[in-house]
Amino acid sequence: MIALPRWLALAALALLCLAVPAAAQTFPALSGRVVDAANLLDAAQEADLTAKLAALESATGRQMVVATVPGLQDQPIEDYGYRLGRAWKIGTTENDGVILLVAPNERKVRIEVGYGLEPVLTDALSSVIIQTQILPRFRDGDMAGGIVAGTDSILEQLSLPEAEAQARSARLVQSAERRGDGGDTVVLIFWIIVLLFVVLPMVFGRKRGKRHRRGRGPVVIWGNDDWGSGGGWGSGGGGWGGGGGGGFSGGGGSFGGGGASGGW
Amino acid sequence: MTIDRRLLAAFAAPAIALSVSACGINSVPTAEEVAKARWADVQVNYQRRADLIPNLVETVKGYAAQERTVLTEVTEARAKASSIQLNADQLNDPQAVAQFQAAQGALSSSLGRLLATVEAYPDLKSNQNFLALQSQLEGTENRIAISLRDYNEAVRAYNTRIRTFPDMIGAKLVHGAKPMTPFEATAPNADRAPEVNFGTTK
Repeated sequence: MIALPRWLALAALALLCLAVPAAAQTFPALSGRVVDAANLLDAAQEADLTAKLAALESATGRQMVVATVPGLQDQPIEDYGYRLGRAWKIGTTENDGVILLVAPNERKVRIEVGYGLEPVLTDALSSVIIQTQILPRFRDGDMAGGIVAGTDSILEQLSLPEAEAQARSARLVQSAERRGDGGDTVVLIFWIIVLLFVVLPMVFGRKRGKRHRRGRGPVVIWGNDDWGSGGGWGSGGGGWGGGGGGGFSGGGGSFGGGGASGGW
Repeated sequence: MTIDRRLLAAFAAPAIALSVSACGINSVPTAEEVAKARWADVQVNYQRRADLIPNLVETVKGYAAQERTVLTEVTEARAKASSIQLNADQLNDPQAVAQFQAAQGALSSSLGRLLATVEAYPDLKSNQNFLALQSQLEGTENRIAISLRDYNEAVRAYNTRIRTFPDMIGAKLVHGAKPMTPFEATAPNADRAPEVNFGTTK
């Protein structure tokens, strides 16, 4: 019966190991959509941001929070950010939450993106937003301006329907990049198919005055008028229901390290 | 004497059945599956990194083709790391885990060297495509670190469960559960992302 205490001790030890990383960290309370623990925003700016963030949630169901913290507790902002996101549970269970995290004392900023939004607000785009919208203003000492500009451009991206958002992200990020070979081939094949199945039949059909479309078939290209009025495509973007009224709380989203960071 | 023993058995049997069903029959496999799922996340993130590398190497080549050694090194390290796959059933095998870890660690450090080399090429550093790749790589390294941490936590929970009372009964008798291997940083800084900055910090 010496074994029992040893097991108990081991169990206690294991529990202790589990408890330590969880207990070591405290976060500011999630007091609203803007948690300005570092006091970088005045009341009007805060109210303005809160309204925009609430509008995002009621339109798309996505949650975004702007957080400024006085300190990162000696952690890299990447570690602090995802833990903060998990602690606050920003986003719905689709993990569609975003946090704009600013740590003025460490001179670090991070856009923390929930799993579910990683394809929309990509690392590369987050980085571009930080480099072009946020950091230039922060470097000039305009903290509030940087936060507002960064939030606006994140919101702009998040408000778009998914397909459009991905296209926009790619465009912004790769604006200077030459197109890869694969892309060219795909485009070429696409146009060959268009030529074979759409343009040629049209031309020949008209010549013979005989061929015609069967009904309003699935129109794939922008219809010129000749093609009849069919064929717009559905826009994505139907919103999930709005968020709950009253106090604000996270919807159970989780984070896995998406996003980007910067420093100034 | 015989009656006593029978009586004891009569009382003991349901008690054992109860305690066994409550302790470890379900919770041990559940914990194991959680750890395996976390491992799958880790693999996804390593794969994500492997997928970024060819593009990165191509981009760097466009500006710094003379850095052949480091470019080849990265490509080879990637090939080696991709060739060592570790499926969820091998997580009980510390050696297999160590091997996997070593290969990924070698890739991490050769990537670190590549990114350090790039510092000497301002044109490359301001190239849009490179900047995008760099931020993706940075994000991926961050995801790897987080998913490894989550995996380690799941492994720790599982290992604790199979070694502690009462789940150890079910774990030993029914499942023959073996401890899983956590992922540890062996090489110095193997768990850290290669230092990537935009020349704005420091």
